[in-house]
Amino acid sequence: MKEIKIIDYKDTRSGFGEGLLELGRNNENVVALCADLIGSLKMDAFVAAYPERFFQIGIAEANMIGIAAGLTIGGKIPFTGTFANFSTGRVYDQIRQTVAYSNKNVKICASHAGVTLGEDGATHQILEDIGLMKMLPNMTVINTCDFNQTKAATIAIAAHVGPVYLRFGRPKVANFTLPDQNFKIGKAELIHEGTDVSIFATGHLVWQAIEAGHKLAEKGINAEIINIHTIKPLDEEAILKSIAKTSCVVTAEEHMRHGGLGDSIAQLLARRNPTPMEMVAVDDRFGQSGTPDELLTAYGLDADHIVNSTETVLKRK
Amino acid sequence: MPDIEKLQKIANQVRRDIVRMVNGAKSGHPGGSLGCADFLTALYFEVLDHDPKKFNMDAKEEDIFFLSNGHISPAFYSVLARSGYFELSELASFRKLYSRLQGHPSVAKNTPGIRIASGSLGQGLSVGIGAANAKKLNKDSKLIYVLMGDGELEEGQVWEAAMYASAKKVDNLIAVVDYNGKQIDGPTDEVLSLGNLKAKWEAFDWEVLEINGNDMPAVVSALHEAKGKSGKGKPVVILMKTEMGMGIDFMMGTHKWHGSAPNDEQTHAALSQLTETLGDY
Repeated sequence: MKEIKIIDYKDTRSGFGEGLLELGRNNENVVALCADLIGSLKMDAFVAAYPERFFQIGIAEANMIGIAAGLTIGGKIPFTGTFANFSTGRVYDQIRQTVAYSNKNVKICASHAGVTLGEDGATHQILEDIGLMKMLPNMTVINTCDFNQTKAATIAIAAHVGPVYLRFGRPKVANFTLPDQNFKIGKAELIHEGTDVSIFATGHLVWQAIEAGHKLAEKGINAEIINIHTIKPLDEEAILKSIAKTSCVVTAEEHMRHGGLGDSIAQLLARRNPTPMEMVAVDDRFGQSGTPDELLTAYGLDADHIVNSTETVLKRK
Repeated sequence: MPDIEKLQKIANQVRRDIVRMVNGAKSGHPGGSLGCADFLTALYFEVLDHDPKKFNMDAKEEDIFFLSNGHISPAFYSVLARSGYFELSELASFRKLYSRLQGHPSVAKNTPGIRIASGSLGQGLSVGIGAANAKKLNKDSKLIYVLMGDGELEEGQVWEAAMYASAKKVDNLIAVVDYNGKQIDGPTDEVLSLGNLKAKWEAFDWEVLEINGNDMPAVVSALHEAKGKSGKGKPVVILMKTEMGMGIDFMMGTHKWHGSAPNDEQTHAALSQLTETLGDY
């Protein structure tokens, strides 16, 4: 398998912070809201540069979503920032009524998603947010894989008219996609071409999938690795095209199996092309404290688990 | 000088619309709608600076009204139609399949006059703050009005918004509370007492006005007074005492007509108490 070069190690949330700052410079309608987590969301630079376009809401996420919806009336493009748990589960009805159903141009930007939040434990490690958001009509759902992609996605969603959920995370991880990439909402990204199995990964697990690809290559298995950064709308044609070649599938995500990327792909395949499939995801349980790497292993989300799932699905081909 | 008699005639016709719409749909919320008919009439026909014929979502250089207690949609739709946002005849489609006049206000069908969905309670004041902030950023001196129910104040988000609006000096915002003392399960004093509501809003550092919301001259003058208090560093709230079911004797003094529709016989009896002033839809 071809080498994929790591540029550096950075947190995806810092990509959001840089993207937001650039938007502040280039689009005067972009405004930002935060519920007492400026530092964690890396919004400091935007706050310092554009204080008149920043709203510190305090610890009141429901109010933040409503204010964001109201700001769109008058042409603003609000970006809300807080942890993924408080961005979704805590404010589901507010998002449902005033953002999704009202089809407002709000960008819900969520950090610290998944178990890689680490030591804070299950109260903060939401694993259901993709499912919650993808069930809402009008909502676009994006889960970026590294710093460069998160920055590019942050900039891209400002140009998209409509509600968006942008999910990213806390730890420093491999930064390997191109700087200043042209991020296309709804387009799957081919990372490595292969013939034996299609591995569809999202978020932090895209890098785990690449590491798994190297381990599989050593075993003589040529995996196709595709980054599905947009879970909704799903790039159905790219997925079906890959499967037509490989005839088996592994999905990988830092999310509950119910409601996640694997769930979306399974529904697509059940309708269009039933195919042997394994899902690397959290199996109906809450997270817990630990380091990000320990948790990825403990919850069955690391490269070795992707390798195991691939070997399992190959036997079903 | 406002033409009080004309406003009262409109409010009377709005009440007829409410009863006929709810009867026509065989569902809906007549009680609170009737109680707020005077306020909504005064707002739309005397106070709001708006252009019903050129509805656009952003409402730049226009006042904006948000209905947070979305269940009183019959009163809202009636004043929207009668001030020219859409044809009066459309009121007959209230709560019917494919209608733009959904049970609770919706923007999904691009209904002129509606800028946010409401129905799930407690969210409108936050939306109003957002729109007020957008006006400030746009250097637009027009105002934001938000109507809430009193039972709705049991929702915690209202107090998040109340705390925010005063702390951040959102002073282009006028909130109005339909203080009828009743909610679905009974009197608010029995369901969850609001206590000293005036003291609560004062403690949240709002300018507080108290009026009889079914006294048209009082409503008009309170709205003008509230406008006069805007732009001075504090948000303004009007605690508006109303009678649920106002104008129809058998619907007053009870919470029972909060969310039930009159049958044909009851509708006939109700309409006999309301003179047709401007022509039914």
